[in-house]
Amino acid sequence: MTLAHFSVQQTSIGIVVLLFRCLSLAFATILLSGFELQARPDVKAFIGAQCIPMDGEPIPRGVLIVGAGKILAIGPAQTTPIPPEAERVDVSGKVLLPGLICTHSHIGGHGGADSSAPIQPGVRVFDSVNLLDSGFRRAVAGGLTTLNVMPGSGHLLSGRTVYLKLRGGKTIEDLFILDKNGKALGGVKMANGTNSRRKPPFPGTRGKSAALVRAQFIKAREYADKIAAAQGDASKMPPRDLGLETLVEVLQRETIVHHHTHRHDDIMTVLRLAKEFNFRVVLHHVSDGWKVADEIAKAGVPCSVILVDSPGGKLEAIDITFKTGSILENAGVLTAFHTDDWITDSRLFLRSPALAVRAGMSRQGALKAVTLAGAEMLGLRDRIGSLTPGKDADFVVLSGDPLSVYTKVLETWVEGKKVFDRNDPKDLLHAVGGYGAGRDQDPYFCCQGGEDAQ
Amino acid sequence: MPGRFPSTASLTLLLALSIICPAKAQVAVMGKSVYTMAGLPIKDGMVLIQNGKVARVGKARDIKVPDGFRLLKARVVTPGLIDAHTVVGLAGAYNSPHDQDQIEASSPIQPDLRALDAYNPREKLIEWVRGFGVTTLQTGHAPGELVSGQMMIVKTTGNTVEDALVDPTSAVAVTLGLAARKGADKSPGTRSKMMAMLRAKLIAAQEYLAARERDDKDGNDEDKEKKVRNLGLEVLVRVLRREVPLLVTAHKAQDIANALRLADEFKVRLILDGAAEATLLTEKILTAGVPVIIHPSMIRAHGEAENASFQSAAKLKHAGVPVALQSGYESYVPKTRVVLFEAAIAAANGLTFEEALATITIDAARILGIDSRVGSLAVDKDGDIALFDGDPFEYTTRCVATIIEGKVVSDTPR
Repeated sequence: MTLAHFSVQQTSIGIVVLLFRCLSLAFATILLSGFELQARPDVKAFIGAQCIPMDGEPIPRGVLIVGAGKILAIGPAQTTPIPPEAERVDVSGKVLLPGLICTHSHIGGHGGADSSAPIQPGVRVFDSVNLLDSGFRRAVAGGLTTLNVMPGSGHLLSGRTVYLKLRGGKTIEDLFILDKNGKALGGVKMANGTNSRRKPPFPGTRGKSAALVRAQFIKAREYADKIAAAQGDASKMPPRDLGLETLVEVLQRETIVHHHTHRHDDIMTVLRLAKEFNFRVVLHHVSDGWKVADEIAKAGVPCSVILVDSPGGKLEAIDITFKTGSILENAGVLTAFHTDDWITDSRLFLRSPALAVRAGMSRQGALKAVTLAGAEMLGLRDRIGSLTPGKDADFVVLSGDPLSVYTKVLETWVEGKKVFDRNDPKDLLHAVGGYGAGRDQDPYFCCQGGEDAQ
Repeated sequence: MPGRFPSTASLTLLLALSIICPAKAQVAVMGKSVYTMAGLPIKDGMVLIQNGKVARVGKARDIKVPDGFRLLKARVVTPGLIDAHTVVGLAGAYNSPHDQDQIEASSPIQPDLRALDAYNPREKLIEWVRGFGVTTLQTGHAPGELVSGQMMIVKTTGNTVEDALVDPTSAVAVTLGLAARKGADKSPGTRSKMMAMLRAKLIAAQEYLAARERDDKDGNDEDKEKKVRNLGLEVLVRVLRREVPLLVTAHKAQDIANALRLADEFKVRLILDGAAEATLLTEKILTAGVPVIIHPSMIRAHGEAENASFQSAAKLKHAGVPVALQSGYESYVPKTRVVLFEAAIAAANGLTFEEALATITIDAARILGIDSRVGSLAVDKDGDIALFDGDPFEYTTRCVATIIEGKVVSDTPR
């Protein structure tokens, strides 16, 4: 009985909200035709969903208020005041999660270093990202809002990575995440193990790989010393060297190293180098991480883990397991997952935490691993990763349990703007695939079209 | 879907292994939900396996477990899963030359290559998929050459390929499209050339067959040259006789159309494989009566499969086309997909739970022509069973045991 009452009530609320929305839409249209766009209220209140904020306990029936691209407030629907000017959005029965963060992606092409040398820190991946790659459309369809787009793993150091907000845009600048000086944020991609062992001038052994990296960091130290000794006197400065400039940022702990590494001994090599040169590092893939979990924990180094459907495919990944997340979590290692897109599909990013839960990881830990943990690994914890007031309004509207195969990403919002809407046929095409979903696409100013018409 | 399966704490009995007798092949399986795929699902059901075969299926309350039977319990019980197209056993997990026997690049047409000569029944990837309830595979030569070799059907157990065999020559593997194209100075270099080469080979097989039949009729063997055995043509003769189908891997609509035209010209049995753009030709496929082993749901939307859809299986199935799912062929990481996971995505994208389960059980068995033995839980069929601690398609559900012909071949939850 109670249930039936409830659903009737819900339906009538739904109808009222729908009517209200129709009216406001009509009103907005009138406004748009005669007045400025800014007349529309920017504040939105998403009411009635289960909110999983990641900085605290889930709220069974919550309200999320966003405005000016930021999260303004979050709390239980009953006790959280909704500003009168807010547009009310009924999301009853849905689940709200912070926008997903992928700490390791190759969407837009693998561009980075070429085959001329094993260490190329002067190369920036963002000079070669194809913004029209349909992979970007699939990423927002999967609920991703922030990516670390990296060059490949065939080098000891393949260049600078770039952190991108999936705002939709026509040039890479539209997607940058800027620091307070207006500089685009990103890390540095390094790799060890078999991928970077190639024909000369690449190293032929693991020992040589480490020696080349050490020599390069020593050179960067000397470069930094020369800059320091110049004390701002331009005539005493060493000539500019793009590669060494990058490595100096790494030595000064401004820029984080994202290090591809699979085998347990390769993981230990990364920890050894990070200790010697005191750089900030995130271990990526860590197929064998479960074998040296305590050592990783002791070093205080976070891990971004790849989950794939079977072991092997390459020698170093022969012992990869769904249990890595659980073992690292239990050891106290900050753990994230990544898509490594194209290795796994961004649309199915939530499979990774779910398969980790299948193998023993906590639900909370697994969800953190695609949100807040990633934010921390990119050095963006203050800005993204949780539904915390003051952070960017990046969130996903899900149809149900984030870890269920049957759950759909309904909407993806970046900085208060909807960038994916499953109800929009163009977006749906990318969410499920089908003829026309491949290759380059229009920039994804999504959802009821139009904004890109300007 | 939430609520499909009972979820009270008392039902979290997972797997109760009461090992009464270690002797083989006498097993009783009890499930809160038993999907026999030979009728409606049975609530609180029981399956008895005796001497490797299903002896009884019904309500648990109606079936007494005989003395000496090992009893296993699970939330959900299904027939052992069938992967309608894989290359595991020929392709190994290490992905090094020593364990990659799925493709032989010396010549574009080699129907004489038998899968059974290259199969490693102890391959790690076979153990891996078995742990997810997969009991039967069609495996063999990979897509990547115009005619790459033969396929076969095996159970995911056994010390030797002979132990595992269900059908030594289940299909001849053909690839159309970019994957079959050779370099600039070698054939086939174009789609037209691929079709010309295939047609010429099938015509050669027709002539080989005709010469044999003529000799048989005449009782004389004057045509000595034609009496020289040709292993490749022997297999293609079986194709012309419709004993063995062509398994044609093709993603682009134009290549699928080419396959249909070829099958029509030579009146051979065709199974379409991969078929990322099959939904553009649904009517033609339906008219031709051709089944489709559709691409893995999670195939990468790249290259010729760029227009693949999570909904391919559902769209074809609902149009009336017989559809099975597959793990396919992977050249890197992961080295194989798991067909259970592919069916899960199909179940979340248009197929009902039971339709999705059928694509990896009874429908797959029918397409492969092995439904008299496997694919459903019915009396006298093989005692192949998968046990799960919940909805098999949920990411967080584990396969708790796998049984092949009455033998528990995996009981580590995975």
